[in-house]
Amino acid sequence: MLAMNYRGPQRVRIDHKPYPEIKHPEDAIVRVTRSCICGSDLHLYNGNVPDTRVGMTFGHEFIGVVEEIGSEVHNIKIGDQVLVPFNIACGKCAFCKQGLYGNCHESNSQATAVGGIFGYSHTAGGYDGGQAEYVRVPYANFGPTVIPPGMDPDDAVMLTDVVPTGYQAAEMGGIQPGDTVVVFGAGPVGIMAARCSWLFGAGRVIVIDHIDYRLEFVKNYAQCEVYNFKEMDDPVVFLKKATDWMGADVCIDAVGAEAAGNTLQTITGRKLLLQAGSTTALHWAINSVKKGGIVSIVGVYGPTDNLVPIGNVVNKGITIRANQASVKRLLPRLIEHIQNGVLDPKALITHRVPLEEVADAYHIFSAKLDNCIKPVLIPPSARM
Amino acid sequence: MENLANNYAHIKGWGIDADPKNDPTYPMKNRTDEEQKGYSWDRPTLQPQDLEVLHSIERPNLSAVFGTSVPPHGLSGQIRRFAFKYSESHYGHWLPLLLADRVSVVEGIVDDLKQGHVPNIFAEKGWKADWKYDRMGLAKKVLIGALITTAVVALLSRNSDDDED
Repeated sequence: MLAMNYRGPQRVRIDHKPYPEIKHPEDAIVRVTRSCICGSDLHLYNGNVPDTRVGMTFGHEFIGVVEEIGSEVHNIKIGDQVLVPFNIACGKCAFCKQGLYGNCHESNSQATAVGGIFGYSHTAGGYDGGQAEYVRVPYANFGPTVIPPGMDPDDAVMLTDVVPTGYQAAEMGGIQPGDTVVVFGAGPVGIMAARCSWLFGAGRVIVIDHIDYRLEFVKNYAQCEVYNFKEMDDPVVFLKKATDWMGADVCIDAVGAEAAGNTLQTITGRKLLLQAGSTTALHWAINSVKKGGIVSIVGVYGPTDNLVPIGNVVNKGITIRANQASVKRLLPRLIEHIQNGVLDPKALITHRVPLEEVADAYHIFSAKLDNCIKPVLIPPSARM
Repeated sequence: MENLANNYAHIKGWGIDADPKNDPTYPMKNRTDEEQKGYSWDRPTLQPQDLEVLHSIERPNLSAVFGTSVPPHGLSGQIRRFAFKYSESHYGHWLPLLLADRVSVVEGIVDDLKQGHVPNIFAEKGWKADWKYDRMGLAKKVLIGALITTAVVALLSRNSDDDED
């Protein structure tokens, strides 16, 4: 089968790899019909996440058709069209029982700080991902969800990560009616976080980024205020001034490890890898939120240390909430929102690329060429 | 609340998920306090281990399922095994892993060559997309690359001339 193959920082290609095998009685094999490249894949692509081994296949956002099931799979059957949450979760451990599906303790041997994630380095379990024709899906009784009849496959694939992550970012903000919410980052997750902030009753939504075409996109999609931080002397002062010198009620970091905007952070975090990525967006979020405000983090940072202003967190009494989205918990509500026309996730998809051209797709997305917001890879078998 | 809802009537769905009782953990976590019971849940069937899987020393065993993507091998594998002697809270864990990642890039090129495959770096970096969407950027990259190569060659040839003197 064809599969994306990571060869090193900024180097990927399409290769022939062996068809995946059922390794566990609760496994399924899914024939992929759509997979996305996620903004967090770029952290892997750029070599920022430890234990990203040459030879891996990335891809944690995918949908497909069930081709094969293990002997203990009874919740899905061959031929079902399924969307597969990016978290690999057993549904049985102490953390899954509490709805923390992003923190499953039975899906990742190699780290306790993160649960298993498809195609997301060996730090997230060493699973091959869905940027391929076929993929092994563990815990098939729990994760894969049959796509509701009539749902556009492009909406379905966005439900595997982007929509739940953006939604949970807003949810973790504990937004109260009328609150001012600032979202750092106008990538697909930031766009969705801005859109979902209104669903929790935000009174004002501001998005900060440095790329004009993305700001224009989010302004239209999420009906929010947008600002380019390259046009400011200091984003923190700008935001304080814009909020009557109080600070925002809620700040959302939808950027993570590769934030731009600070040379020292870029050198220590992105180039020398001496901390868990460049934490510029997190610094701005902590420093722009009001006293007693909430910072919600969904941007991905590598382990382990960060030069984070934790003293300010204490002094300001900030609540920080952060997690990988627990997709399975949120799916029923989000499917309802899509079916009712409250959310239109497929509108974020700007590029459809044959799987065979995966290297170009990564470069287009990473270098932000051709006004790219969200690329989708289509395997040859799905194009027939 | 009523007035605000009127103000935002143009935004479809405004406020429909508002939860005034939202506390710092709910609904991220349903409070069942399951974790207080320790490592005592009814574990799923265990995946047979037919390859080497490194596991964090912060847990007593392998997870019930695990990935089989790229088992540790070669020099990078030795470095990874060393890294897994340390906990996830230790630089001794993460820095060797980052080093191993760089070593495995070189191993990957060697493996390619052994199999008679010369990696097409231009294609793997997706520079065809630059040709289509950012020719100026591509020209800059090529120019900078050419200048650096010329400078290095010039420097090396001058050194070798000096050696001959």
